[in-house]
Amino acid sequence: MSFPLPVRPLRDARLLAPEPDGAPRGPDPSGPEIIEIAEAAGVRGRGGAGFPLAKKLRSVASAAGSTRFVIANGEEGEPASVKDRFLLRERPELVLRGLALAARAVGADRSYAYVSDPAAARRLAGARGGDLVDVVRVTPGYVAGEETAVVRAVGGGPALPTAKPPRPWQAGLGGAPTLVSNAETLAQLALAVRLGPETYRRLGTPESGGTFLVTLSGAGQAPVLYEVPYGVPLRELVTTHRGTAAGVTGMLAGGFAGGLLPPSALDLPLTHAALAAAGSTLGCGAFVLLAGECPVGVAADVAAFFDRENARQCGPCVTGTAGVADVLAGLTVRSATWSDVARLERWGQALAGRGNCATPDAVTVLVGSLFLHHRDLVGAHVDAECERCAVSPVTADTKFRISLEEP
Amino acid sequence: MKVVIDAAVCDGKGYCKRFAPEVFGLDEWGYGKVLVDEVPPEHMAGAEAAVEACPLQAIRTV
Ligand code: SF4
Ligand code: SF4
Repeated sequence: MSFPLPVRPLRDARLLAPEPDGAPRGPDPSGPEIIEIAEAAGVRGRGGAGFPLAKKLRSVASAAGSTRFVIANGEEGEPASVKDRFLLRERPELVLRGLALAARAVGADRSYAYVSDPAAARRLAGARGGDLVDVVRVTPGYVAGEETAVVRAVGGGPALPTAKPPRPWQAGLGGAPTLVSNAETLAQLALAVRLGPETYRRLGTPESGGTFLVTLSGAGQAPVLYEVPYGVPLRELVTTHRGTAAGVTGMLAGGFAGGLLPPSALDLPLTHAALAAAGSTLGCGAFVLLAGECPVGVAADVAAFFDRENARQCGPCVTGTAGVADVLAGLTVRSATWSDVARLERWGQALAGRGNCATPDAVTVLVGSLFLHHRDLVGAHVDAECERCAVSPVTADTKFRISLEEP
Repeated sequence: MKVVIDAAVCDGKGYCKRFAPEVFGLDEWGYGKVLVDEVPPEHMAGAEAAVEACPLQAIRTV
């Protein structure tokens, strides 16, 4: 069975290049050498925050304690992202090699792979090196891939985020220092070791070395998984994807974590710093292009998703996210008032940092971006019914989910 | 010393703020919120009293 989505490299295929058959295993560096390679190559986390991998490896390696664990996190949770499932299904040996390297770098006693996708679990178990890791299955969910939820679920508990600190690198599985690393990050580590830092860095920027995976969807185009060097302007990618950037009226950036961006964001280079400076995030590397959809309706869709997917455990997140989702849904059917709009803006801001995971922060970014780029349009939804929202009501699941199930 | 409120446990009774208003506040919805990155020495005693007073033991010191 082949991957249900087309996959295309923008300049050079590394992750997307098929694994060479029976190829020599390449260099065999020691633990400290692995950390040096990760540092020299500029490998950053591909799961969201873009944290330098070498720093994380070093933290786990040097944390107090005699036992250590590593976990490959394959639960991306983002409905518009497919990249980790692609890697686990189609490049399982690369992910496993990265996990083995990370285990050696931190001196881990045991390695786990944490996945929700049944096909990915099967491929991992059957791949070379798969017998050395414990594959842990989890029910898919937006918060299930959050690092403290990962640690808890691997430990046999519910996949729910805990208060931080401690972070897993300080006290993770069974209280032991634990590296939780996204599947793509580990695959990138394997590449950095195979290619060497110098070759690895031939693509990318000084800030972020190498390439990363972008799930690009929306604007009436079938979704495609791209491998893109860091630093490439988004416009180049979009033009390659659909022949032209014309007609793109905005986008959801960083999966659902980076809020709404206007068409001017097409000129941003794809780097963590550039997206952060625009008030957004590169996140999991997914972009949903918009072509004429009402931004209020889009925000209502995403907020409704967060309201359904929040873990129902942190009071402010549960109450605040529901309130935000209600007002946005109300705007789409012209039942919201000016005082609702004021509450939407205030609650959007008040949610920042108000939970055990980053979901409330994602709501803050979403609502903030809606008011920053579309304040007048929000008000217009109080005054008159929106024709675009009328034909595209909020649905039971997000409209932006990419399904990998065979029809 | 840092203090952390477990948002999954806190139910907004507000004892923390009563014991150490310089360290704890209440958010938009009445849930406990840590106001400082590090607890200043002069408010250490209040913060520790709040940790004791929280009926749900939602506050941890780090
Ligand atoms: S912040 Fe929200 S989504 Fe995150 S753990 Fe708490 S209730 Fe769940
Ligand atoms: S005393 Fe405890 S339960 Fe009450 S608001 Fe403070 S942290 Fe929350």
